[in-house]
Amino acid sequence: MIVSVASGKGGTGKTLVATSLALSLSDDREVQLLDCDVEEPNDHVFLQPEITGSKAVSIPVPRVDEARCTYCGKCAQVCAYHAIAVLGNHVLPFPQLCHGCGACSYLCPEKAITEEHRQVGVVEWGHSGALGFVQGKLAVGEAMAPPVIREVKRCANRDGAVIIDVPPGTSCPVVEAIKDSDFCLLVTEPTPFGLNDLVLAVETVTKLGIPCAVVLNRVGVGDLGVEEYCRQERIPVLLTIPLDMEIARLYSRGIALVAGMPQWKSSFLELFGRITEIVDERSRSSKR
Amino acid sequence: MKIAISAAAPGLDAQVEPRFGRCQHFVIVDLGSMEFESLENSGAMAAGGAGISTAQMIAEKGVEVVLTGNCGPNAYRTLSAAGVQVVTGVSGRIRDAVEAYKAGKLKASAQPSVGSHHGIA
Repeated sequence: MIVSVASGKGGTGKTLVATSLALSLSDDREVQLLDCDVEEPNDHVFLQPEITGSKAVSIPVPRVDEARCTYCGKCAQVCAYHAIAVLGNHVLPFPQLCHGCGACSYLCPEKAITEEHRQVGVVEWGHSGALGFVQGKLAVGEAMAPPVIREVKRCANRDGAVIIDVPPGTSCPVVEAIKDSDFCLLVTEPTPFGLNDLVLAVETVTKLGIPCAVVLNRVGVGDLGVEEYCRQERIPVLLTIPLDMEIARLYSRGIALVAGMPQWKSSFLELFGRITEIVDERSRSSKR
Repeated sequence: MKIAISAAAPGLDAQVEPRFGRCQHFVIVDLGSMEFESLENSGAMAAGGAGISTAQMIAEKGVEVVLTGNCGPNAYRTLSAAGVQVVTGVSGRIRDAVEAYKAGKLKASAQPSVGSHHGIA
């Protein structure tokens, strides 16, 4: 079962929830934590994993053979990302903008375009105790996170539990990270900002057909807007975490919540139990 | 000779728009006759590569010089490949900018004036 941990807003506690959920489960079952926040992966800070392997992630970008090119402009017309331009008798590829879709090389009537690999990041894997760990790292200055996220997810072992730490927001990297999940936990905070971005995140997971529930973090600040919204939309709030100095202190020192405050482990196990119930119920009702 | 000016609105009395790739309009002026054409920039809302697609569109119009506020590296490289000169740092009314160019008061830039994504609002 794959459970992704997402949020609309950044800084709501995705990493806190993902690391503690994975650590709590790893005591008595097979579980992997995939850090798909490839622009700023930080789960490793809390897990101190032993990295045992890595692999470069590349995307195919066009290489133009000017001897064959007739400057017809077909490649520039078909590129949805404006990553290649043709002007008079110049053809200009912009590899930083290329998504690696291959349309230009496939559709070039002169077969003047071949593909070469451009590295955009790296995937690393290893373990932290019994917990399996995989993370992606997007190279500094690169903009194409989805290819790196895809490679991280390729390492998922679906026989066990898989927890995915998703990047913040609702854009392409988020969709890439959460799609094919069995369940999505949305971590938010009880503030107008938290609510605004939660609504966007709910719209995104709903469109992807993934069941979701909310974890409300830093309870004690803000207002009741998030709770009212969840009640109206019938989105279960499966866990609340208070605004607490000790939790903040542990986090700032790079200590996972359940490592520093083991009394939280039962809450995370209960959280996973509720998720399993919802996923099972859903699969039963879809079979009916 | 035709020059293109990034514009906040159509017509010669509009203001010069400081952005190139994501500006809403262009006014293209024939310096000999002072006849002009206003066009909307369909590339203004592009998810990415706005400077490149706008530069390609301007080059295809047969323009030789662009007057604008700022021009990023991708747009600059594309315009240069097409042999289009770029004058940055231009502001004020389009009619006045064209007159200043005709009077030789504006000089082409040898490099982009800003980094990538500068014009994203």
